[in-house]
Amino acid sequence: MKNICFYFQLHQPLRLKRYRFFEIGQDHYYYDDFQAEERIRYFVEKAYLPANQTIAEMIRSSNGKFRCAYSISGITLEQLEQYAPEVIDSFKELAKTGSVEFLAEPYAHSLSSVFDANEFEMQVKMHSDKIEALFGKRPTTLFNAELIYSDEIGELVSKMGYKTMMIDEAKQILGWKSPNYVYSHSYAPKLKLLVRNHKLSDDIAFRFSSMYLTSESFIGWIASLPEGEKVVNIGLGYEAFGITQSSQSGIFDFLKSLPYHAMEQQIGFMMPSEIRKNNESAGQLSVPYPMSWVGKDKNLTPWTGNDLQQEALNKLYAVGERVRLCSDKPLLRDWLMLQTTDNFRYMSHKDAYGTHFENAYDAFMNYMNVLADFLVRVDDQYPTSIENEELNELLKTITQQEKEIETLEDEVKKLKSRKQKTVIE
Amino acid sequence: MKALMFGWEFPPHILGGLGTASYGLTRGMAMQNDMEITFVIPKPHGDEDQSFLKIIGASNVPVVWKENDWNYVNNRIGRMMHPDEYFWLRNGIKYDFRRIHTNDLGCIDFSGRYPNNLIEEISNYEAVASVLAHKMDFDIIHSHDWLTYPAGVFAKKISGKPLVIHVHATDFDRSRGQVNPTVYGIEKRGMDAADHIMTVSNLTRAIVIEKYHQDPRKVTTVHNAVEPVSDIESFTKTPRKDKVVTFLGRITMQKGPEYFVEAAYRVLQKTKDVRFVMAGSGDMMNAMIDLVAKRNIADRFHFTGFLKGRQVHEMLAESDVYIMPSVSEPFGISPLEAMQVGTPSIISKQSGCAEILTHAIKTDYWDIDAMADAIYAIVKNPAMHKSLQDLGLDEVNNIKWEDAGRKVRAIYESVM
Repeated sequence: MKNICFYFQLHQPLRLKRYRFFEIGQDHYYYDDFQAEERIRYFVEKAYLPANQTIAEMIRSSNGKFRCAYSISGITLEQLEQYAPEVIDSFKELAKTGSVEFLAEPYAHSLSSVFDANEFEMQVKMHSDKIEALFGKRPTTLFNAELIYSDEIGELVSKMGYKTMMIDEAKQILGWKSPNYVYSHSYAPKLKLLVRNHKLSDDIAFRFSSMYLTSESFIGWIASLPEGEKVVNIGLGYEAFGITQSSQSGIFDFLKSLPYHAMEQQIGFMMPSEIRKNNESAGQLSVPYPMSWVGKDKNLTPWTGNDLQQEALNKLYAVGERVRLCSDKPLLRDWLMLQTTDNFRYMSHKDAYGTHFENAYDAFMNYMNVLADFLVRVDDQYPTSIENEELNELLKTITQQEKEIETLEDEVKKLKSRKQKTVIE
Repeated sequence: MKALMFGWEFPPHILGGLGTASYGLTRGMAMQNDMEITFVIPKPHGDEDQSFLKIIGASNVPVVWKENDWNYVNNRIGRMMHPDEYFWLRNGIKYDFRRIHTNDLGCIDFSGRYPNNLIEEISNYEAVASVLAHKMDFDIIHSHDWLTYPAGVFAKKISGKPLVIHVHATDFDRSRGQVNPTVYGIEKRGMDAADHIMTVSNLTRAIVIEKYHQDPRKVTTVHNAVEPVSDIESFTKTPRKDKVVTFLGRITMQKGPEYFVEAAYRVLQKTKDVRFVMAGSGDMMNAMIDLVAKRNIADRFHFTGFLKGRQVHEMLAESDVYIMPSVSEPFGISPLEAMQVGTPSIISKQSGCAEILTHAIKTDYWDIDAMADAIYAIVKNPAMHKSLQDLGLDEVNNIKWEDAGRKVRAIYESVM
């Protein structure tokens, strides 16, 4: 029996406002709240809410047989909590059905997996905590931002205790292999890899209305796959339902009729963790260089391809260790927001998807001004003149001294009380 | 194909961008093997590069019949024109132009500049055009800029050959909207009479259509290009402690110099290791010196006066940023020249060249904040400077006059 594994990505960056250089050191608020609210409301009303309703209905009418997964970036969750709490509630309802799995991802939808392993670990944990707090279950599957994956990242993820990871179908790693099997990491076999079926996913996300896709033919294609190909992973941006494909295109009806046709063809639905449990690995996949799910080449060039992006990323991640020593809450939040992949995508000359800047230079200038202010703030906390190691030592001494003071105070208290007792006696 | 072109300037003796553009375009067109260009300018100096076209100086063309000896003519203008040609052209005098003041050869002494009696020179240019039109053999007439439109129109009337006019600028650009009615009249009559109008940018095209009421089908944009600099390696950048930001051009209302001063003022509030240079001269220069003093940035703001020839490229090469905040610039070739010597450019969106450049920073001319921000970003971020430099160089090297020449040729063919 074949199984379809649907998973949806929800991500909205917090857009930076126009920030001129003379504001550096003066203004420490970097975001365009008006735009953020407007955008999130647009996505919520056009796509997220109606899509959630549709999915809930599909689960109900199929008696829980329809199952799917969500990956929602931490930044998006925060924005939803602030501007559209009803969406969080509706996800909670979905979580209660037991037919929905929430995936882990780096909180800030960042490139930290490539540039800063410690940061990556921290962010994934932070995100898992948030998901557990909201929906009651800790994720076991990881969906890295932009589906970035390499052997190195996989190893790290496996060590962090995650058992499954989503990756994209790319020629350079699969070669002749089919995406419709479960694979595993090249030298950490515990980590299973679910490969996104690129063609079928994009058929829904980008070509649905232009190719007059029906759920009958869609399921038909899956049914006609070779016998051994048991798993079809369909991953797409959630805005496909209602925005990329407008509701008038019939995308919601397409969704609703999927379970019926699937059952007719004896095809089931599974969540990523179920796929992992029910399928053995068909082989190992070796991915020496990082890959992503964007573009034809499926590599990191949309974010790291030119000098501007390199410069911005280097300047940002150079202070990672130092920022993690800080305890200033607003600073830590800004640190996360500045890492969002979109910031760097906007600096691409060729592929600045979703940009609100005029061009790459405009995006770079604005980002670097914000970053300059941010770095000044980091410097105010811990001057850069002190080396990281030295700083660590100093901090350690401080905490040790604090502890020592505590123990000594305790002793003083004890002695005092003993003294009192003896006096009484 | 033989083209008779009327221009006003031709290198090496040029006063503005018109001469540079005329040279580049004709050179690019001359790459087509069957293209023969005769280029008429008011006053030749005899040192123009005639390897790819023929130059006729209007000041050597007789418009009033005077009896002269071959040797005398040779003595007078032999340096610039063969005496036989003089006598041959003399046969083309069909009208009585004795009302015009002529010299001993029956020729008009053009200044070739932009004198106070410019309107008179323009109409005298018409007289020369009539002689040429009667005598010469050509397939098409091509007039560069409003000064030469009347000459082109007259040549068309005489010869019946099609006329295309090339709009390098309109009076709306030069005057920030306060047009001179006489100039407007000359421009409008030229455009009305033309078989086709070429503009140097879509910006200018829109002005021609809207302000001069031309049929959009008759107006085509042919963007300018830039001639490769042959001795590019000889222009070097001296290492300096301070970064140099340069404005280069006529210091007039059209070029928006005051926005540059204001942007400089903003940058200097934040950082001190930047110097600003205003190169050129013009009627707003003294006002700018006053403004700089008023903003208290005179220690960081420098005026060079008028630069010419090699000095222009040297100044551009020595700069870290080139800025052109023009209020209205039909094309604006200087940012391309700056990019050729590896200097990143900031240009106003109201410049025609913004339409073809990707690797330059574009801001509105009035947006001083954005301009200051861009200056700051380029001088403070080596990656930004390098990107603009490298990618800008690639870009500008691919903007070729040859391509522009081919477009012009296609337009010629469409009206013949």
